[in-house]
Amino acid sequence: MAVKVMIPTPLRQYAGKQESIQVEGHTVGEALSGLIARYSDLRRHLYNDEGKIRSFVNVYLNDEDIRYLSKEQTPVKENDVLSIVPSIAGGAPSSGAASGSILRCICS
Amino acid sequence: MLKLNVEHLDAIQRHAAADYPAECCGVLLGNHAGEVKRVTEVSPLANLRHDAARAQEIVPLENPERESELNRFLIDPREQLRVEKDARARGLTVLGYYHSHPDHPARPSEYDREHAWPWYSYVIVAVEKGRPRDSRSWVLSEDRSGFQLEQLEVADVLSHAQVGRAGQRSQGQ
Repeated sequence: MAVKVMIPTPLRQYAGKQESIQVEGHTVGEALSGLIARYSDLRRHLYNDEGKIRSFVNVYLNDEDIRYLSKEQTPVKENDVLSIVPSIAGGAPSSGAASGSILRCICS
Repeated sequence: MLKLNVEHLDAIQRHAAADYPAECCGVLLGNHAGEVKRVTEVSPLANLRHDAARAQEIVPLENPERESELNRFLIDPREQLRVEKDARARGLTVLGYYHSHPDHPARPSEYDREHAWPWYSYVIVAVEKGRPRDSRSWVLSEDRSGFQLEQLEVADVLSHAQVGRAGQRSQGQ
């Protein structure tokens, strides 16, 4: 099965600067393995040391999060689109007192 | 370098003030050439930490007693997918994201660094007691060891003489 993998901008530098890449596979896992086989620099951004998809990486099959399908075992069909969506998270330091004094230094 | 118009910075700072004391977040859309990113649109997005149960399924918090929408933000990946598709259809690119630091400086936290991606611009707005203060843009270093301050160029589309007044303007609102 040929599926199209959409690469988000931060990872295009590790994927030949391409916006999308055509890969073969019968499942999401196989398709992603095919992608890594061609662009090995992508591995550390998509997988953790145990070989699982990193928790900061979301994979959508067409419009569905594979977390709520069969994860990497989810079957794919010809012309499906896999989208890699990087989790965007962050926040202020959680230590209240020390950070507050830094803010006063900057703003006074 | 990240270039944006004063209207974009105003919109980001208004959003940051409106959502105080919670953290706000949104997306920066535009185009890029080499090292220069030019923002043509900013769009507010919901902070998914408001929906703690669903947020926990996407990026779990280690210490939910001390971490909440008051000091954490998370963007719904479904929304990101929608924004990405819409941007692509209009020939635009996701250049980065903005978020606020309520009562903290406009500097990335360790938590920001751990969750950051290369290439994206991360604009952080410090909000002190509900008022937006300085806004800075940061890019993760190649080896993920820290952030580098990115030059932020704010242009007034009506009059270039007013460049740089954005911060003062917003604080008066």
